[in-house]
Amino acid sequence: MSFLVVRGLSARLKGDGARLLRGVGLSVAPGEVRGLVGESGAGKSMIGKAVLGILPQAVEVTGGEILLDGTDLLTLPPGERRRRVGAACALIPQDPLTALNPARRIGPQITGRLVDILGWDRARARTRAEEALAETHLPDPERIMRAYPHQLSGGQRQRCLIASAFVAGPRLIVADEPTTALDVTVQKQILRLIAEMQARHGTALLFVTHDLGVVSKVCQSLTVLYAGMVVEDTGVRSFFRAPAHPYSAALLAATPRYTDPGGSLTPVPEAVLAAVRAEVAARDAAAEGARHG
Amino acid sequence: MADAASAGGGRGRGRRAGLRLWLAGGWLLFMLAVALLAPWIAPKDPLAQDLFLGRLPPFWVEGAEPGYWLGTDSLGRDVLSRIMHGARVALLVALVAGSLTCLIGATLGLLAGYFGGWADILISRGIDIWMAFPPVLFSILLVAVIGPGLPAIILAIVVIDWTRFARVVRAEAMAQAAMDYVASARVAGRGRAGTLLAEILPNVLPTIVVLLTLEMGIAVIVEAILSFVNLSIPTDSPTWGGMIAEGRSSIHQAWWVLVFPLVALFLMVLSFSQLGEGLKDRFDPVLR
Repeated sequence: MSFLVVRGLSARLKGDGARLLRGVGLSVAPGEVRGLVGESGAGKSMIGKAVLGILPQAVEVTGGEILLDGTDLLTLPPGERRRRVGAACALIPQDPLTALNPARRIGPQITGRLVDILGWDRARARTRAEEALAETHLPDPERIMRAYPHQLSGGQRQRCLIASAFVAGPRLIVADEPTTALDVTVQKQILRLIAEMQARHGTALLFVTHDLGVVSKVCQSLTVLYAGMVVEDTGVRSFFRAPAHPYSAALLAATPRYTDPGGSLTPVPEAVLAAVRAEVAARDAAAEGARHG
Repeated sequence: MADAASAGGGRGRGRRAGLRLWLAGGWLLFMLAVALLAPWIAPKDPLAQDLFLGRLPPFWVEGAEPGYWLGTDSLGRDVLSRIMHGARVALLVALVAGSLTCLIGATLGLLAGYFGGWADILISRGIDIWMAFPPVLFSILLVAVIGPGLPAIILAIVVIDWTRFARVVRAEAMAQAAMDYVASARVAGRGRAGTLLAEILPNVLPTIVVLLTLEMGIAVIVEAILSFVNLSIPTDSPTWGGMIAEGRSSIHQAWWVLVFPLVALFLMVLSFSQLGEGLKDRFDPVLR
């Protein structure tokens, strides 16, 4: 039984009605690490945000369901939904520089969830937060708890955010391109840390990224998106051996390789793009037809 | 933030900011004490006229009379005592009108900036319409309708200046609301109101404090202007603006009647703005 099941999720911009998600379906089993890949604008972050209930105001969900542990989040009243999500899910955001409140010390930002949602007393929450910081290999957690975000480096801040995500023992974490804003050497450490924490806590992870190299290192399964439509849903091994969809294959072929420095980059061929766009158009036509018929 | 580096290192800047904060704050506290204690410490009765003692110069000029440190006006009233009593009105207006304006403007700005949607449309259009009224006419009209007096002045300031707060705070709140930490707080289960108070307000607070102190300075000036045109306090309790108006007619014979209240006004307005800058540096965790 999957912990998170997304079925037929559609979303669009409120203003011009542009489709952002076109009937997306995916599932994440307990303890599974699923990669969510696609180009910029394919809607991969949008899915994570929809699950967590933090979609921008300009975006509206037009259909589908998001089942968290069997309950459809989209039918819940906002307060109830926030409590459920807050107790079971967490977010590792993309940019560690804006993801911590600059006006507050690290400590209360990590313990907030424990105190607000789980109703722990402050002393117990602080001890647990220090534990979580220590798990991320930050030296001197007590000092970190008292620090303001600007006193820490980007890598340290990302570790704080990871500690904050894991602190309440969530069952699902959405990692929204957690390494994109970091430089390459730090990226590698942070990836290893996320994998280590995930393995220790057995947390399910929805890993949003555009980097197939990252997927091959941390994920077990992946969902490939194009223009808000699922193109392929498969296991990591089979994907890297033989991607089923021509677009996924082209995406894989377009990944730059370290073994061939100076080699030219391979774009996704026009023919493949035309084919996948035709698929998108066909799906839109079908959706229109269903609405009118 | 960019000028922190160009100002030659954080420490030097910090010390200067500290000095500014203490000087401005010290002067304002001093004036507050003077205002509160004026009835007991003022050397003379500010209303007592004595035509034989008219236009006495301040103490260091020849012809000064002992006891009248800053001289007297054309009716023989002690300038120093009048300035001390005038500080009461000035500070009262600054504190009450400044705080009320801040409270109303900042609240509306936060709501519009964070909640967006209908709240934003309603409040923003309200601000646009409000700002189309000519403010001076508006305040004179208000005072004319309500009748001169402190409440009318305070109301005029609040009614005109809340838009200043609302606009700036709205923009700041919008910028903060787009930050990832707000999304993280929402995921961690904080409600809308909680997010606004715990996550956004602390980041907008330095701006609010600067605006508040600036507003207090502006309130002092507005009060002076209204008393200059005789629309302020109806009784003859002394105000700085009223003193400046009276001193204008005898500027060639007795400059001190005009200059001393002007200096008091200038120092108070300057202190308010410097206090704001100093507090902002203190509050802002990035500059601290």
